[in-house]
Amino acid sequence: MEISPELYQDMQDAAAPKSRSYVNIPMAFLAGGLICVLGECILNLLTYWGVEQEAAGSWTSVILVFLSALLTGLGWYERIAKHAGAGTLVPITGFANGVTSSAIEARTEGWILGVGSKIFTIAGPVILYGTAASVVYGIMLMLFGMFL
Amino acid sequence: MAQALARGVLRLTQPVYAAAFAAVAGKKEGEGPMGQCFDRVEPDSHFGQESWEQAESRMQQETIYRAMEKAGAQPEQIDLILAGDLINQCTSSTYSLRPFAIPFLGLFGACSTMAEGIVTGSLLLEAGAGNRAVAATSSHFSTAERQFRYPLSYGGQRPPTAQWTCTASGAVVLDKETTDAPRIQGVCIGKITDLGVCDANNMGAAMAPAAADTLTRWFRGTGTPPEAYDAIVTGDLGEIGGKLLLDLMMKQGYEIHSRYHDCGVLMFDGDRQDTHAGGSGCGCGGSLLCGHFLPKMQSGGIRRMLFLATGALMSPMLVQQGESIPGIAHLVEFVCGEE
Amino acid sequence: MLEYIWAFLIGGGICAVGQVLIDYTKLTPARILTGYVVAGVLISALGLYQPLIDFAGGGATVPLTGFGHLLAEGIRKSVEEKGWLGVFSGGLTASAAGITAAMLFGLAASAIFKPKDK
Repeated sequence: MEISPELYQDMQDAAAPKSRSYVNIPMAFLAGGLICVLGECILNLLTYWGVEQEAAGSWTSVILVFLSALLTGLGWYERIAKHAGAGTLVPITGFANGVTSSAIEARTEGWILGVGSKIFTIAGPVILYGTAASVVYGIMLMLFGMFL
Repeated sequence: MAQALARGVLRLTQPVYAAAFAAVAGKKEGEGPMGQCFDRVEPDSHFGQESWEQAESRMQQETIYRAMEKAGAQPEQIDLILAGDLINQCTSSTYSLRPFAIPFLGLFGACSTMAEGIVTGSLLLEAGAGNRAVAATSSHFSTAERQFRYPLSYGGQRPPTAQWTCTASGAVVLDKETTDAPRIQGVCIGKITDLGVCDANNMGAAMAPAAADTLTRWFRGTGTPPEAYDAIVTGDLGEIGGKLLLDLMMKQGYEIHSRYHDCGVLMFDGDRQDTHAGGSGCGCGGSLLCGHFLPKMQSGGIRRMLFLATGALMSPMLVQQGESIPGIAHLVEFVCGEE
Repeated sequence: MLEYIWAFLIGGGICAVGQVLIDYTKLTPARILTGYVVAGVLISALGLYQPLIDFAGGGATVPLTGFGHLLAEGIRKSVEEKGWLGVFSGGLTASAAGITAAMLFGLAASAIFKPKDK
């Protein structure tokens, strides 16, 4: 074959259909926005019922995570996500979907090496690097505190 | 013995026939435009089993049973079986063959396995390894998705270049003695071809150069022009890979457009079934060869056909290491009736 | 009413940026999510995330950048209280509810549901 990888890349670019961003981006905006509004509703409802502000924030996360796990188990989350894209990926419900779908999928390999070790296949990096970044921030706070 | 016309381009000097063939597919494949051609469409994607891996084995096993039944052969009358699939260690095939007790060679050629099995089987039969062999393969959407991509209920979005792994299986009984069946007249063994495609969501593009290489070597080695064939069929290049193959062949000076078909494009109705660039997987080309093209040869609709099964030899580990995806394509020349 | 509109617009906007990354880059979803959390920690460290929450509420807390903010907030408080030990304990303490909920409901779901074909 006398085709160079560079030329082939150009051929591919010409042959491949583009993502339909004019649909995808508005859909992500809509779905993501609605999930955030749902979060805001839950938060306001909880504070209205007298739950203290910070606790209400944590409860909101727990409830959203629960809803996401339920929809994932029923196989609905994936069906919505097909259209919503980043709109269902970026909210905390997307994180819960990553955890739940990995857990359900690994069930056939048992509780320990299946569910136990594979539950964080997708969400693990988020926790690891989020925590690591926060520790770096903590170290900087400590150092600034010592020298300033 | 087969006669080598060029490196890897072989002509069989004694006929080997595709005596019987069977195809089994899943629900989505059954709902597609080719749904009527399968011997059986199973609505339960678990095939009555506990895990997806067991389901795929079950499907392949049933396909082999059906092919042997059509050939009127018992397992003990089969001298050799060649099978492979996409799953690590080729477990779909090994577990499917567990009850048969037939001498077995496992193959890995990713989605090129159907052709690889027919190539190897017909060469072995011709060389005197026996009278009857089976070549079989399968793929299952859920086993492939688990192994190569994300959990099934994970909400990822598939890019427009992605292909849909078919839940399907095909099996061919190769026989030296039947006469009124499509005959395997020549084969071309593919070379690993890699033009640097790293995108695991664009398999068609990764495989097209291999298909073009094999096809070009065949035309040059045998001296036959594309016009000699009623159909040139690829296994699972899909919309994008198919387009790239036609482009690449044009650059080599061969126009194959008017006789070209791709099983990945035929398998689904992309708009209605949301399969993006088309079907893929060993079972895609395997099931349509056995369910559609070979029966069509038998009924006289096609006289001479080239079947190329293309494989993207993708390993998630090597892709994570930044490597590109090597492709391969094996070719089988089928002829029906007198020369 | 206005707070819901802002939650919708800011939350939707943060997600739309994610969609741009999906469509126009080769970044996988896992990389995008990781990027969002780390970005959240960074923005919070610069003191810019809390104002966004005061303004958009759920629009800023629900996306994963909010999760990053939670980690950074936790660190900030615990470093004040416990010094170096706080560097280790603050992040996960603040985000424990969300992570534990995900683990627990994920585990429960794996016991109840069977994986479904598409």
